[in-house]
Amino acid sequence: MTALTVKRADGILTVQDMGRPGHLAQGLSRGGAMDRRALLEAAALLGARAPLAAIEMAGAGGQFSVDAPTRIALTGAPMSATLDGEALRWNATHLLQPGQLLQIGGARSGVYGYLTAAGGITSEPWLDSRATHLSIGIGTPLAAGDALPCGDDPAPERPAHGLVPESRFDGGTIRVVDGPHTALFDADVLEAFYATAFTRGPRGNRQGVQLAAEARFTTDHAKGLASDLIGPGDLQMTGDGVPYVLMAECQTVGGYPRIGTVLPADLPIVAQAAPGAILRPRRVSLDEALAAARPEEAELRDLAGRCAPLVRDPATIHDLLSYQLVSGVTAGDDLDRG
Amino acid sequence: MTDTRALDPEVLPVGLDGYLVRFALTPEPAAMTAARRFATRIEEATPEGVVEIAAALVSVMVRFEPSVDRAALQTHLKGIADEIVSGPLDLPAPTRRWTVPVAFGGEEGPQLAQAAKAAGLTETQAVDEICAADLRVLTIGFAPGQPYIGLMPEHWNLPRMSELNPSVPAGALVVAVRQFVLFGAESATGWQQVGRAAFRTFVPERAEPMPLRGGDAIRFARASADEIARLSEDNDRMGGAQLEVLR
Repeated sequence: MTALTVKRADGILTVQDMGRPGHLAQGLSRGGAMDRRALLEAAALLGARAPLAAIEMAGAGGQFSVDAPTRIALTGAPMSATLDGEALRWNATHLLQPGQLLQIGGARSGVYGYLTAAGGITSEPWLDSRATHLSIGIGTPLAAGDALPCGDDPAPERPAHGLVPESRFDGGTIRVVDGPHTALFDADVLEAFYATAFTRGPRGNRQGVQLAAEARFTTDHAKGLASDLIGPGDLQMTGDGVPYVLMAECQTVGGYPRIGTVLPADLPIVAQAAPGAILRPRRVSLDEALAAARPEEAELRDLAGRCAPLVRDPATIHDLLSYQLVSGVTAGDDLDRG
Repeated sequence: MTDTRALDPEVLPVGLDGYLVRFALTPEPAAMTAARRFATRIEEATPEGVVEIAAALVSVMVRFEPSVDRAALQTHLKGIADEIVSGPLDLPAPTRRWTVPVAFGGEEGPQLAQAAKAAGLTETQAVDEICAADLRVLTIGFAPGQPYIGLMPEHWNLPRMSELNPSVPAGALVVAVRQFVLFGAESATGWQQVGRAAFRTFVPERAEPMPLRGGDAIRFARASADEIARLSEDNDRMGGAQLEVLR
C-alpha cells in the first residue's frame, strides 16, 4: 500500500470515481466525478485499464506527499503545479518520490482538477464506489493530515506521458436533446432558449449549475406537475424560469419541468465552466446524439492512443516553465461565492 | 381507486439510454396505480438489455444498454403500458410487507388532531384508519431511501399546508394528498406530522442502507412514545420495523 497524504487543502478536495450507478429506485443518484472525462484521461495517461479513484480538487489543490515512489496524473481544470518547486506539466504523469512535496495551486481555467495516483485510492468502498457524496453525508472533504490508502504503482519506471486534452475549460457549445418535458414548453420559449448565450451563474456545486441570462423560460404546465425522475444533464427550470443543469449529486426525483438533457459527452464542459464562462445550448436530434455517442470504455481506448511519452528536451521544458509562470491563480473559492 | 378519465401512457426517450413510461403529467391516483403495476410487471419480467428500472409516482424510467434495439423496446414497453391501463387498476399484490411501529399524536405527531379533523375523523378513528390501510411504497426519492407511501382513502386528500412546518425530525410521519412521507432526516415540509417512527430509512453503515423498495406493502403499528424512544436506541436504526416476505 502507498499512502497519499494531504499536507494542505486549498480547494474543496474530495475522493471521486465513476460513482455508484443502479440505485435510482432507492433514491440514490450516481454521484462520482464532475468531469468524468478527466478520470478517463488520467487512466489513459497512467496506462490503467479502467478509471481510478482520485482526488477531485474544486477551485484549487493543496500540498501532497507520498510514502512510496508512485506516478501521478494531473488532469481536468489546469492548475499550476510544482514538485519541490519545479513546474510540472498538466495533463501529464510525473513520478513522485517519498520526501518530495507536490504543490497544486488554483485553477487557471475551469473548475475541477484531478490528482490520480497510479494505483488508485483504495479506501473502503460504499455500495461499490469510493465517491464522496457530500449532499447525503457519504464522505467528507479532505483536510490536512488525511492519508489516503492507494494501490502500489504497478509500473513506477514507466516513462512520463502527456496528452493534449479536449478543450472544455472555458465554456462553449453544449448539445441538448429533447426530454419528456420538452413538449410542455411553447415553441417560442424553446426558440428563445436555444438562441441564448448563457453565463455560468454564481450558483453551482456538485448538485447543479445555474445558467444565467436576462430572459426567463417558463411553461404554463409547471404547476401541479407530478414529481418525476431526474438525472445529471437535465436542464431544469426553477419556478421563476431560471435554468439549472443537474450534475453528479443531483436528487433522483424533482418537481420542476425540464427543457432537455445535456449530452453526457458535453457535461464536462458544464462542470468546468467557471462563473462567468459562456455556455450556448444547441438542440440536437436524438439520432444525431446517438450517432455521436461513444461509450466511456471506447473513449478510454481512444485517449490511451493519444497519450505520448513526454520529451525531456531542455528547450521544451523552458517553454513549459514560462507557460506555467504567466498563468493567473484564482482564490479557489469559486463554489462558495454567491 | 378507479378514475373516470382514461389514461394515455406515453413512452418517451430520456437522455441517450432511457425511456420514461409516463401515465400522466399530474399525480392522479389511477396513474399512480398504473405506474406501480407497470414497475412491478417489468421488474418481474425485465426485457433483455434493461439495466435499471426506477419508478416515480406516475412514471417509470427504464435504462438500457446501448446495444438494445430501441424501437423494439419502445414498442414492447408501450404494449405493456396500454395493457395495464385497460385492465383493472388495483395495486399489485405485494411481495414484501413491512410493519413499522409509529407513535401517533402528542409530541410525536403534533398535527394529528388537525389532520384528523380535516379528514372528518376523531384522532382515534384517524389512527385506526392509518393502521388498517392497505399501503404501498409508491416511490422513493428526494433523499436516499425516503418513501412516499399511499394511498389513503379519498377523504385523506388533505392539501399541503400554506405555512411550512419549519422543521420535522428524522422519522417524522407526515401526511398530505392521500400519501405519507417517512422522513429520513430533519426537514421542512408543508405536510402535517401525525406520528414518528424509530425506523431510519437511510443508514449508510447499515448492511442494507436503504431497506425499502418501491411496491413494498407498509403497515403502521401503533406504539407508545416510550416504545419509540426505546426502539431508537437500537444500533441498526431499524426501529422495530419487521419485514415479511409474502411470495
